[in-house]
Amino acid sequence: MSLPLSDSPVSAAPPKPPGGVRRFFAGDVWHSFTHSPVAMVSALVALVCLVCALGANLIAPHDTQDLAKIELIDARLPPSWAAEGKSTYLLGTDDQGRDILSALMFGTRISLVVGVASVIVSMVLGVGLGLLAGFVGGRADAFIMRVCDVMLSFPSILVALLVDGVGRALFPNAHDLLAFVVLIVAISLSGWVQYARTVRGSTLVERNKEYVQAARVIGVSSLRIMRRHVLPNVMGPVFVLATIQIATAIITEATLSFLGVGVPPTSPSLGTMIRVGNDYLFSGEWWITFFPGATLVVVALSVNLLGDWLRDALNPRLR
Amino acid sequence: MTQALLSVSHLRVEFPTRHGTLVALDDISFDIAPGEILGVVGESGAGKSLTGASIIGLLDPPGRIAGGEIRFEGRRIDNLPYEEMRRVRGRSIGAIFQDPLTSLNPLYTVGQQLVETIRTHLPMSEADAKQRAIRLLEETGIQAAGQRIDHYPHQFSGGMRQRVVIALALAAGPKLVVADEPTTALDVSVQAQIIALLRRMCREHGAAVMLVTHDMGVIAETCDRVAVMYAGRIAEIGPVHDVIHAPAHPYTVGLMGSIPAMDHDRERLLQIDGSMPRLNAIPPGCAFNPRCPHAFARCRVERPDLLDAGATRAACWLHDKQERAAA
Amino acid sequence: MSTNVHPLVEVQDLAKSFDVSAPWLNRVVERKPRQFVHAVDGVSFTIERGKTLALVGESGCGKSTVARLLVGLYEPTAGHVRFDGIDIARGFKGANGAALRRRMQMIFQDPYASLNPRWKVLDIVAEPLIEHRLIDDTAGRRARVGELLQSVGLAATDMEKLPHQFSGGQRQRISIARALATQPEFLVCDEPTSALDVSVQAQVLNIMKDLQRRQGLTYLFISHNLAVVRHVSDQVGVMYLGRLVEVADKSELFGRPSHPYTRMLLDAIPDIGMSGRARTPVQGEVPNPLSPPSGCSFHPRCPHANARCKAERPALLTIGGVKIACHAIEEGRLQPEPRSAARQEVLAAEQL
Repeated sequence: MSLPLSDSPVSAAPPKPPGGVRRFFAGDVWHSFTHSPVAMVSALVALVCLVCALGANLIAPHDTQDLAKIELIDARLPPSWAAEGKSTYLLGTDDQGRDILSALMFGTRISLVVGVASVIVSMVLGVGLGLLAGFVGGRADAFIMRVCDVMLSFPSILVALLVDGVGRALFPNAHDLLAFVVLIVAISLSGWVQYARTVRGSTLVERNKEYVQAARVIGVSSLRIMRRHVLPNVMGPVFVLATIQIATAIITEATLSFLGVGVPPTSPSLGTMIRVGNDYLFSGEWWITFFPGATLVVVALSVNLLGDWLRDALNPRLR
Repeated sequence: MTQALLSVSHLRVEFPTRHGTLVALDDISFDIAPGEILGVVGESGAGKSLTGASIIGLLDPPGRIAGGEIRFEGRRIDNLPYEEMRRVRGRSIGAIFQDPLTSLNPLYTVGQQLVETIRTHLPMSEADAKQRAIRLLEETGIQAAGQRIDHYPHQFSGGMRQRVVIALALAAGPKLVVADEPTTALDVSVQAQIIALLRRMCREHGAAVMLVTHDMGVIAETCDRVAVMYAGRIAEIGPVHDVIHAPAHPYTVGLMGSIPAMDHDRERLLQIDGSMPRLNAIPPGCAFNPRCPHAFARCRVERPDLLDAGATRAACWLHDKQERAAA
Repeated sequence: MSTNVHPLVEVQDLAKSFDVSAPWLNRVVERKPRQFVHAVDGVSFTIERGKTLALVGESGCGKSTVARLLVGLYEPTAGHVRFDGIDIARGFKGANGAALRRRMQMIFQDPYASLNPRWKVLDIVAEPLIEHRLIDDTAGRRARVGELLQSVGLAATDMEKLPHQFSGGQRQRISIARALATQPEFLVCDEPTSALDVSVQAQVLNIMKDLQRRQGLTYLFISHNLAVVRHVSDQVGVMYLGRLVEVADKSELFGRPSHPYTRMLLDAIPDIGMSGRARTPVQGEVPNPLSPPSGCSFHPRCPHANARCKAERPALLTIGGVKIACHAIEEGRLQPEPRSAARQEVLAAEQL
């Protein structure tokens, strides 16, 4: 009896599978997205914030970064719909006469940049260490996990404060850029442990799977196996975590800036604005604190909701 | 003729998905007589586990029964509300699943689980229920049942655990036991013990058995009748000896031929080209027609019912009297 | 090195123990001793070129561990594995390690975990070619992968697909294609058809036999299914709790089983022929590998055990052309018994 033909009933002249982009839009993830109102609204909101933030130079009605253009006489004006407000300042002005709406856009940009950069650094550090711990095992694994345990017993703000403090002590005359770098490092160090643990768990599972053993039998080196076989299969939960952690990073940065140890005062982020506005809260000038606070909540919430949706969409069991 | 204990007529189970509705079971009909052991055999994807799950009422959503009836002792059970089905389950229909490790709750002793089942369905005091549980465990061949009843599942080996599961299934005195691959996860030598035990205990307690498995050898040893399933339909049904030694449906013939034999050598195993169609690609007419060496025009168009083919019934146009006469 | 002088694979006193002790802190506080599982406990056998040796046994017998020892996935605690005269423990580490690896490959049990779910079939099957730098240009590799897929009954165009688009049997065939990429001489097959349906199993077994005939492959075939073993093997080794209890040619083992455990296994197989043969009742279960019985590890379940069996581990001796580890056989208390001739006749008469 001759060898059987291929089992798939349409293998005679199979069409080339659709390219990556078309496959994505036909796939389950996109379908789940278009059927989830929460996901679509969050994505829209996040997109609006992103556009405003990145295009702040072009979109903002006033340039709050140019000190020469700020009119001190316009300080502490209420939003335009209130009695004493001016129409040019839609959401009012802060204590130095800066238009709040424009300051929000620039501030959101700073918050987003710091947030995303911290997450990227955390991810690289955490995924790398997690892969190493899971794949190599033994003492390296034990050591890395103990480091994780120690780091987790410190509240993340404290870690960030510590790094920030050390940075300032080391570089007392730091230029703005260095301050940013220190801030990003501080936030990253407080967040990498989650990635390491998640990736280590997934790596332990994948390591015992037979496709990894097959690669070892072929003679592929451990480093190559980690990079080419295991890494692509453990990245799924990492992306979900990263999305949610962007929100956490933004809030951590806001907290640090609120405490005065975050971004330099010349580039106010949302946190800085909240702190400044706090002083005026009880004299009735609520808008200086309220609008930055609301923006922070909106940005963090929309990113969080997107992350939640992504986690459920990628979970094969829930499909 | 005695009334059938379980009667399944034209059962249809569907899974609505975003790509369309998948028909997992398509017009299945069979009966189980009181005390009989019916085997349901088929390969993966044939629908045999789904049949068992539908009968016990444990069909996972989004799967649902879209047509047909399941009658137990004359009474319909496929459309019962949850509470009533819960009472039927255990009292009248017992279940044995494949993995003894996950069939028992690791946090409770074996005795606690048995007593809970007994007292849920039978009016008994705790002490009486425990006595009954100990007797059941002894019957299943567990030594020192009086002490072992207070042990936890992890203190039993795999084969012992499956004995406990059998005891649990029979605890409330059901008339039908649905066993889904009860020996697949066990070693060969233990399999033989468990099969013999299942057969003996069900006979002694007067329970009928629906034994779902992919292992023809187990069917040969245990069952009175067997139904062969393919792509969500019954291909052939009949007494075990006839289905195995004189199969009428070409799929059954191919299946029996592809099983390596213990007692003689063959250079090549008979193989059926191709594979069972996926649920979203079932061909029109007879589901087996693309792989069947005897398929003709009618097979590709019209789906055959179960037709008389000597000692068994087969869903195959080859056994249609008019086709035979014409041939 | 002459390849006709010695068998292709020689295994001598192979042993592998795993340390399953509780963590150090628990051991100190609770005063627990170190615990080891002797997964493989002194196993010796040979495989001739072009032949198939099957290893059978139930759970915990160590057959999968032997398979992994043979391809270097584990390092032995003791003993040697020689492939074509080369000791593989040293061979894999030496300068020609890659060349040695090319000559032997492995096929695994789980068709769903054997292929990287994110790689295309082309990349999966071409990986050995790339790793060993056998074919440098992309076009050449594609052609070779196409050939390999066709040799296992798939289409060359299947190389663009992902594993989840294939059924279990097809995936197993992709694994076979990958294993054959380096043109190995020796294939270790760890339960390759246990996860497959019967009719699919038939296809895969037929392909494996065809390939063996065409390419002169040597197989080590691990299985718990004696009927499958009967179909594919030339020689059969029966393992129990890490030791070999019987090694014999296929016809001897199935026709006249010697060791009590072999007889028990053969009796336990459900009889599809339904001949109504009498069966000796099966006793007990495989003991916990952490605390194996003393002496002959089968003695608690053996109807022929005596005091010597409890105390002394039997050596694997050659008796009557069959290798067997049993005091009862050695002492002549037990004779190998032909499976009943009358039964053979009944079955022959019932042939389809």
